[in-house]
Amino acid sequence: MPTVRFTQNIQRHVACPPRDVQGATVRDVLEQYFAGNERARSYVLDDQGRLRQHMAAFIDGRQVNDRDHLSDDVAPDAVIDVVQALSGG
Amino acid sequence: MRTRFHVATRKGLFTVERGESGWSIARTSFLGDNCTLVMHDPRDGSLMAALDHGHFGAKVHRSRDEGATWTEVAAPKYPEKPADYVPKTPAEGKPVDWALRLVWALAPGGGNEPGVVWCGTLPGGLFRSEDGGDSWALNRPLWDDPRREEWFGGGADQPGIHSICVDPRDTRHVVIGVSCGGVWTTRDGGGTWALAGKGMRAEFMPPERQFDQNVQDPHLVAQCKGQPDALWVQHHNGIFKSTDGGESFSEITDVKPSVFGFAVAAHPRDPNVAWFVPAIKDEKRYPVDGRVVVTRTTDGGRTFDTLSRGLPQEHAYDLVFRHALDVDDSGERLAFGSTSGSLWVSDNAGDSWQPVSLNLPPVYAVRFEKS
Repeated sequence: MPTVRFTQNIQRHVACPPRDVQGATVRDVLEQYFAGNERARSYVLDDQGRLRQHMAAFIDGRQVNDRDHLSDDVAPDAVIDVVQALSGG
Repeated sequence: MRTRFHVATRKGLFTVERGESGWSIARTSFLGDNCTLVMHDPRDGSLMAALDHGHFGAKVHRSRDEGATWTEVAAPKYPEKPADYVPKTPAEGKPVDWALRLVWALAPGGGNEPGVVWCGTLPGGLFRSEDGGDSWALNRPLWDDPRREEWFGGGADQPGIHSICVDPRDTRHVVIGVSCGGVWTTRDGGGTWALAGKGMRAEFMPPERQFDQNVQDPHLVAQCKGQPDALWVQHHNGIFKSTDGGESFSEITDVKPSVFGFAVAAHPRDPNVAWFVPAIKDEKRYPVDGRVVVTRTTDGGRTFDTLSRGLPQEHAYDLVFRHALDVDDSGERLAFGSTSGSLWVSDNAGDSWQPVSLNLPPVYAVRFEKS
C-alpha cells in the first residue's frame, strides 16, 4: 500500500500523520487519505481539486506531472510526499 | 460605547483596547500568520478573521469569546467548474480563476437576519452564509452574470469584491464594490443585481470607456449607516459621493494634497462627514511630500480639512490600505494603520492623532467593535 507523508509545516494547522492508503494514482491515494481527514483537503487542494499553487507532491522523490488531475500512477510500495513549494514564500 | 478595535496584519491579529493609561495592544492572535481581514459582528459579538496561508490557501476562523479562542470554520468554496464552461477573455487576456484566492470583504447581515454573513472574494465571487460562517454559498445570479466576466484585476491579478454595504433599513438592499467592476446593487437580497455607479470616471481607460460603469475601480465604498443612501467612494481616480444609494455618483476634485488613496470612512450618522488618507497617484503610492495626513470633509465634500496633528510630517512613507481606516459608533474615534506598521488613533474626529504602535507588521484592516 502506498504511504503518504505531509510537510511538518502543515501540522500546526491540521494534523496530517503519515498513513498507508490504497490507490493507483495520486488522486486515488489522496482521496483515500482525505476520506479520513476531510479538513486537510483544503490545505492541500484548491476548490477545484487541483494541487494548490504553492504546494508540491513527489512520488518516490519524483515530482508529479499532473497537478490538476493528479493522474500520475502510484506503485503499491510508493511513498508520496506532499510538501510546500518555495514559490509560496 | 465600546473601546476596542482589531487590527489585521501580515503577521497576525492585534486587539487594541483603551485602558486607564490609554490605548494599548491587549491581545495577539494568529501571531506569525497572514491575517488579511477581521469582522466584528454586532449582533452576537463574535469575531471572524480571514487568514491567507501562502501555501495552504485562504481560511476563515471565528471567535465567540472576544478573541480568547478561535475555531476554524468553512472557507468560501467555489463550486465545481462546469466541464463545458468557456470563459470570455477579459482585458488582461487571461480568464479569471474559478477558485478562492482571497477573502477580501466580510460584512454581517442585518439585525433581522441572525447568522447571515456576506463575503467578497478574489476572483470576484460573492458568498453568503446563513449560519455564521459554518457554510457558504456562492451567489450565482452575480457570478453567472456575463458582465461579471468582464471584470479585471485592480492591484491584484484577479478582480475582487472588497466592499459590502448592507442597508440597515432594508437588509435585502446590498451595495457592493468591485475592483475592477464598479458598484453593484441588489434590492432582493441577492436574487437579482444591477450595475449601478453612474458618474464614476476611470481615467485609466480609453476615452470611450471612461464612464463605463463596469470598468470602474472603486477602492472602497463606505456607507453612512444613519443615512444609508449616502455613500462615499475612494476610487482609483479620485473621490466620489452618492446620495441615492449608489445609483449615481458625483466626482469631488481638487482635494489637497491628493484625491488618490485607498481608504475611506463614513460618519455613522452625518452623511456630510467622511475621512480619507491620501497618497501620491498612482504607481508611487506614498504620502505626498512624505507627510502622513488625513483629509476630512464635514460639508458633503465641498471643502476638506487636512489633519496632521500627531502624524509624522517628514520622511514618512506609510501607505494605508483600503480596509485599514475605521470610525467607531460615536463618529469621534478613528484608527488607521499603515503598510509600515504604524497604527494611530484619534479621539476627536481626527483633529489630533496619537500612535498606538509604530512597529507592527504591515496593516491590512482596522475594525472597531460596534453596536
